Amino acid sequence: MIIELLSGIISFICALVAVAFFTLLERKGLGYFQIRKGPNKVGLMGLPQPMADAVKLFSKELIKPTLINIFPFLICPFMSLFLSLLLWLLYNNYFVCSMGGLSLLLFLCISSLSVYSVMGAGWFSNSKYALLGSVRAVAQSISYEVSMSLILMSCLILSGSINLSVIMNYQLFIWIVFVNFFMLIMWFVSCVAETHRAPFDFAEGESELVSGFNIEYGGIGFAVLFMAEYSSILFMSVLVVSLFFGGLLYISFYGMLFYLMIGFVSFLFIWVRASYPRYRYDLLMYLIWKSYLPSVLSILMFLVMLVYFLNI
Amino acid sequence: MLMTMFYLIVLFMVNLLLFMLGLVIYKRSYKDREKNSPFECGFDPSICTRSPFSMRFFLLAVIFLIFDVEIIMLMPLTMNIMNSNTHWPLTSSMIFLIILLMGLFHEWNQGSLNWMK
Repeated sequence: MIIELLSGIISFICALVAVAFFTLLERKGLGYFQIRKGPNKVGLMGLPQPMADAVKLFSKELIKPTLINIFPFLICPFMSLFLSLLLWLLYNNYFVCSMGGLSLLLFLCISSLSVYSVMGAGWFSNSKYALLGSVRAVAQSISYEVSMSLILMSCLILSGSINLSVIMNYQLFIWIVFVNFFMLIMWFVSCVAETHRAPFDFAEGESELVSGFNIEYGGIGFAVLFMAEYSSILFMSVLVVSLFFGGLLYISFYGMLFYLMIGFVSFLFIWVRASYPRYRYDLLMYLIWKSYLPSVLSILMFLVMLVYFLNI
Repeated sequence: MLMTMFYLIVLFMVNLLLFMLGLVIYKRSYKDREKNSPFECGFDPSICTRSPFSMRFFLLAVIFLIFDVEIIMLMPLTMNIMNSNTHWPLTSSMIFLIILLMGLFHEWNQGSLNWMK
């Protein structure tokens, strides 16, 4: 039990460290996409840059504007970090005994709860920009949650379980992506929209809403909101790999490939950010309600037939 | 269950620690009336900030509610469809999904999915 507890704590800490270095990867990556060098002055090749950033962000001024509701305003970022770190209990790796049983149900619960922290962060700031940004962010999150859970269900139907490690072991001989390729693409786009990332970052469209729901935050509040966002991005890329490219982690070749693929998928989030201009809000809503949802439902019907008649 | 409680407590402690850290080391500064007012581009922010929002968002939330309930009802299907000898999981899920799809097309036809008129 001590070992399980320790492995849980270590996976939380490793998630935080991964978040820190993911921000460095993003800055470096965006730098090289724009033919310039990223941060390279701090320490050796700019490697300790995330630590310097953390110290800077934590020691910034903590502004408490007069109109806010102070207590929920301070709680909301921490609630968001709590929820997105809680997701790492489902992280299925070689060392950690992950939460078995109904792990993907837990994922759905937690990811739908994290809408409340965004809503609270916007509402309790008591500012017009923050409120507009949070309304947009909430609408976007809840719409994409529908398609996300239906796509998740397609993988669950194919493997007949809602336990993440069972799903991964099920894909020992063939990956689900070969059956479910279009679902993979839709899942990735839904993940990008769910985490409010770059082509779909309407929550913080700089030109119209200065920074969205986190505009009144400074110092530790902003840093924690930022960490929560990046932690959920990293977990989403873990989930992409383990749902569509699963396998037995005890096989050493696959064990390495798993982490390489996670790195690649999380780099894909940055690549998308560097490559595409911002989408339009009504088109985003049409994309989910008029294009993804009907096609996902149809493919789901097809998959149910497939599983039942071919008995795979 | 006990393990989950432990994890929750540990996570809570991590968050508390970060919060304390932030409260201890942030930069002290003077307070100012203009500085502490909500961020708006030069306007006087005395008007009500929690303004009413567009009806579209509310309609969207209502449609989302229906689909979320439907996802909960579809969830047991994932484990039943493989392990069953009867045709009932297949038939019922097909009827359910077809009703859903028809409902979605009906919403579309009635125009409640349109973002702009």
